[in-house]
Amino acid sequence: MNIPLLSIVTFLPAAGALLFIFINRKQENLIRYTALFISIINFILSLFLYFNFNGQTAEPQFVEKARWIGYGIHYHIGIDGISLFLVLLTTFLMPIVILSSWNSVKDKVKEYHIFMLLLGTGIIGVFVSLNLFLFYVFWEAMLIPMYFLIGIWGGKRKIYATLKFVIFTMFGSLLMLVAIFVLYSIFYKTAGTYSLNIFDYYQLVLNPNIQIWLFLAFGLAFAIKVPMFPFHTWLPDAHVEAPTAGSVILAGVLLKMGAYGFLRFALPLFPDAAKKFIPYLAVLSLIGIIYGALMALIQKDMKSLVAYSSVSHMGLIMLAVFALNMESLEGAVYQMLNHGLSTGALFLCVGILYERAHTRLIKDYGGVSRQMPVFAALFLICMLSSVGLPGLNGFVGEILCLFGIFQSSKLLAILGVSTIILAAAYLLWMYQRVMQGPLENKKILNFKDLSLREIGFLVPIVLLMFFMGIFPKPFLRKMDASIEHLLKQVHRAETYVVDKEAYIKPSLKISEIDINQNTKENRTETEDNE
Amino acid sequence: MIDIFWLIPLVPALSTLILAVFGEKLPKKYISFQACGAVFISFLISLYSFLGLLKVSPEEYPIVKNLFTWIHSGNFQANLSFQFDPLTAVMALVVTAVGFLIHVYSIGYMAEDRSYSRFFTLMNLFTFSMLVLVMASNLVLMFVGWEGVGFCSYMLIGFWFEKHSAANAGKKAFIVNRIGDAGFLIGMLFILVYVGSTEFSNINNAVAGGSLSHGLVTLIAILLFVGATGKSAQIPLYVWLPDAMEGPTPVSALIHAATMVTAGVYMVARMNIFYTTSETAGSVVAIIGAVTAVYAGTMALTQNDIKRVLAYSTISQIGYMFIGCGVGAYAAGIFHLYTHAFFKSLLFLAAGSVMHALSGELDMRKMGGLKKYLPYTYPTFLIGAIAIAGVPFLSGFFSKDAILTSAFAQGQYFVWILGILGAVLTAFYMFRLIFLTFHGKERIEPEVKKHIHESPPVMTVPLAVLAFFSVIAGYIGLPVVLGKNVNWFDRFLAPIMHKGHEAHLTIGTEWLLILISVIVALTGIFIAYFFYLKKPSVPHTLVRRFPFLYRLLYNKYYIDEAYDYLFVRPTLKGSEFVYDKFDINIIDGAVNGAASGTGFFGKVLSFLQTGFIKDYALVFLLGAVILLGLLIF
Repeated sequence: MNIPLLSIVTFLPAAGALLFIFINRKQENLIRYTALFISIINFILSLFLYFNFNGQTAEPQFVEKARWIGYGIHYHIGIDGISLFLVLLTTFLMPIVILSSWNSVKDKVKEYHIFMLLLGTGIIGVFVSLNLFLFYVFWEAMLIPMYFLIGIWGGKRKIYATLKFVIFTMFGSLLMLVAIFVLYSIFYKTAGTYSLNIFDYYQLVLNPNIQIWLFLAFGLAFAIKVPMFPFHTWLPDAHVEAPTAGSVILAGVLLKMGAYGFLRFALPLFPDAAKKFIPYLAVLSLIGIIYGALMALIQKDMKSLVAYSSVSHMGLIMLAVFALNMESLEGAVYQMLNHGLSTGALFLCVGILYERAHTRLIKDYGGVSRQMPVFAALFLICMLSSVGLPGLNGFVGEILCLFGIFQSSKLLAILGVSTIILAAAYLLWMYQRVMQGPLENKKILNFKDLSLREIGFLVPIVLLMFFMGIFPKPFLRKMDASIEHLLKQVHRAETYVVDKEAYIKPSLKISEIDINQNTKENRTETEDNE
Repeated sequence: MIDIFWLIPLVPALSTLILAVFGEKLPKKYISFQACGAVFISFLISLYSFLGLLKVSPEEYPIVKNLFTWIHSGNFQANLSFQFDPLTAVMALVVTAVGFLIHVYSIGYMAEDRSYSRFFTLMNLFTFSMLVLVMASNLVLMFVGWEGVGFCSYMLIGFWFEKHSAANAGKKAFIVNRIGDAGFLIGMLFILVYVGSTEFSNINNAVAGGSLSHGLVTLIAILLFVGATGKSAQIPLYVWLPDAMEGPTPVSALIHAATMVTAGVYMVARMNIFYTTSETAGSVVAIIGAVTAVYAGTMALTQNDIKRVLAYSTISQIGYMFIGCGVGAYAAGIFHLYTHAFFKSLLFLAAGSVMHALSGELDMRKMGGLKKYLPYTYPTFLIGAIAIAGVPFLSGFFSKDAILTSAFAQGQYFVWILGILGAVLTAFYMFRLIFLTFHGKERIEPEVKKHIHESPPVMTVPLAVLAFFSVIAGYIGLPVVLGKNVNWFDRFLAPIMHKGHEAHLTIGTEWLLILISVIVALTGIFIAYFFYLKKPSVPHTLVRRFPFLYRLLYNKYYIDEAYDYLFVRPTLKGSEFVYDKFDINIIDGAVNGAASGTGFFGKVLSFLQTGFIKDYALVFLLGAVILLGLLIF
């Protein structure tokens, strides 16, 4: 089989966006159906990635290479057990967000869907890139559609929010770009050849002093994206102003890019520096858990409440990432998927309410359950998933994270457990004020329960929540080998030889010099994997 | 024949699923038939498995059925596996038997409710979760049930969620329980790391083998007990239970009296090796239990709400169960759990029947003389009261006596004295309730009196059955003083309980203790009789004489207010302060400040924008040279 499946999954949304040039902007429903159709097809295709993925090996799979600019800049993509699920999460959420904005987006429908599909390609690209340059291109490119999605279809303060979002992210990524250049030059100096291949870099043994600066540059870019305390203030603004679909993608996948960046780049590339900074980063993560939860407790706006809850949840994920053991990393990746589902779903629920009452303020609601019993039940399940109730997905991730963290630091884990109390407090309190109590706002009397379309996009998420809560095995087994491999990468610190010239192991095999010849071999590799 | 026991929790699970998806469209008759039927089938399987268990030799306990590996990552493994042993058998039988009767009673009680299917869905879900809790063969799966019952409790307390008070009570219950759960979870993490497994058999082996240090055993035992104080409403986390009475009365009977609130006791009994190994932890359990027993008893004295009196009584009685577990008499603790399940659910259901008769009235000041209107409710209520008061020959007497005798035998005299004190209080407040409700002057409001009626048979028959068991349930655990083999219950549970040091009392002492118990119970009843029937002016005189004490008790020692001022408000106010001053002003302020600073520099730098390409080219070249220089050197 010589089908470049991964490239198709990556670029199908963008190709779909191109197709829209031929569609008249007045045929809004045709645009919607086309976008939905493309995203569903893409999800189905990505399922083939899952079923053909070999969980026994840590080698990247579905690898595709092609010469591009030269000087080490090549088209090189592939997935391992970590990125596989982030790609799947993205392709799973795409049709859902398109369905969710069916009625709420009435303005510039064509552009909206073009940006949405481009965003899909951008995000998937970030997760599949194995070439640092390519990664950086996707990382930045994905900002553009997001910028417009918030800036055009957003709320009242959309310009402020979208600028803040972009400037924050750009600030981090520019430092990362500088760091990439430095890595590039170090590699050229030591190996005598150009490469931006991440696997070549893994074999670099860098001077710990240089590592520190590079780690900080990469780390800051990713920490802003997560976002880790104290770089989180762009998040509530961006969420509050973004359209529902934007929030879902933002919370569901974009934030994971930060955590993914740590796992793929910052930690394995600079293990010595990582060791040095992890205690501080872990404390910041813990502060994020508690701080985010306390801030969520007092928010008056449902969206910013969910946004701060993201800060708290991502704090737990990052704490697990920094614990660096098998259980904590599997827990962290699993929890990334959970958070994508539960927080995404919570934003969808807020969106459903917003479409009916055009307010996000908690105090404008009350007693909605009686009018919308089906919605009440689904909203409840999404909330409980976020709270980590056993039987649903959140619990599996949470217990693995906590167990992993506990093995590294008892104190941090014990303090981290406070999340299960605080999460219950802020979410249940919101649910009480919005869904329960007497019905005081007369507007709510006109609320209709969920339409078939709304059930259509919420129910798949809820079913997946149950599935992931009861059968985590199909997910965990596919990531075992990759995470084990990653751990080996990170724990190879202290291998640095004091000889200042020896930046690089003699055994380094340079993979990109004659890329054209390699391509064939890689194709056969891919075949084997399939 | 025993190997079908794992179906016990799955039957209500299936029923829940059907009701959750199709419930709204099904006719009421079918819903109640299916919900009750599912619990009844579970009961039959429990009974069948129990009979099978009797034929299995104790060496083979527990019988484990592993369905599949649930979570597995690195060193972490949790199986979806159930076990069956004497302790599980007792719990499963209590849950399904009492649960079935309460389900049946609910058919009548909830007949008019518009959320009929939601009610039965949640009741079935609760039964399922509770069965998972008591049948899990490892701590992680037990935690699933533990949280599951907490969730059902939340949903059912807030069943009538349009009422602010109900929604509030549900949320409060869940959050307070989660505080306990955090302790439980931390204890579980310690076990996971130091034992490497959460299967109960492995934990028992590890602790018995001495692979955990004594300090660690104490720490874990106390952390797990924190979880128990939340779920079983003990000091300091009991505050949610009185408010939980906002839920429908069958819920109070099933969840907040007979089953869920005793989960903490079950857990301590299940993990008994920790409390036997660490005497410190055992003593903590016993003392918290004893203090709670008296403390909650005093709060029950002045309440006028019939369900709240029963709620405080439940807290107090669970305290007794913990005394039993704390002094190493686990079987006695579980025995009281078992008898209490009958008489306390009876009392709640009978109180529900009173409410039903009085159009929802709960205030005892507006009752009185109901005896003649409620010919079935009254005698059953009375039997429940006699049983809980500890009058000889009824179930409560045997179980409470077993606990107090053990406490005395272990030399825990302080605990024993508190236990005796609690017994006086119990007898007093129960009969205060009986006399105020059913005897004396009628104080019923005329409007209510017009509609007064006895409940339908679907409600009174369960009352009768529970009353029957409240009388006879104790005879499987007679005091040892009557003969060596009369305490069947103790012998049945013995193989899975780890004995501490044995202590024997002389036959004379045992009889003396029994005598004291009897005198104490009768004294309490007599005082109540004297206060509320003979000389109804006495309570008023006392209130006038000791206004401070009365206010203190009436306001439940102001603990709710204290918690509010100490924990809730500071958290909210502090968070708001931090949000305004720190998040918005400092962090975000720094960012926006940086932005405006950039704007300023941008203006300065704009002078450099000459617009001539040669200038730009020059700068570009300069930059390139510097960069290149950096790379080379």
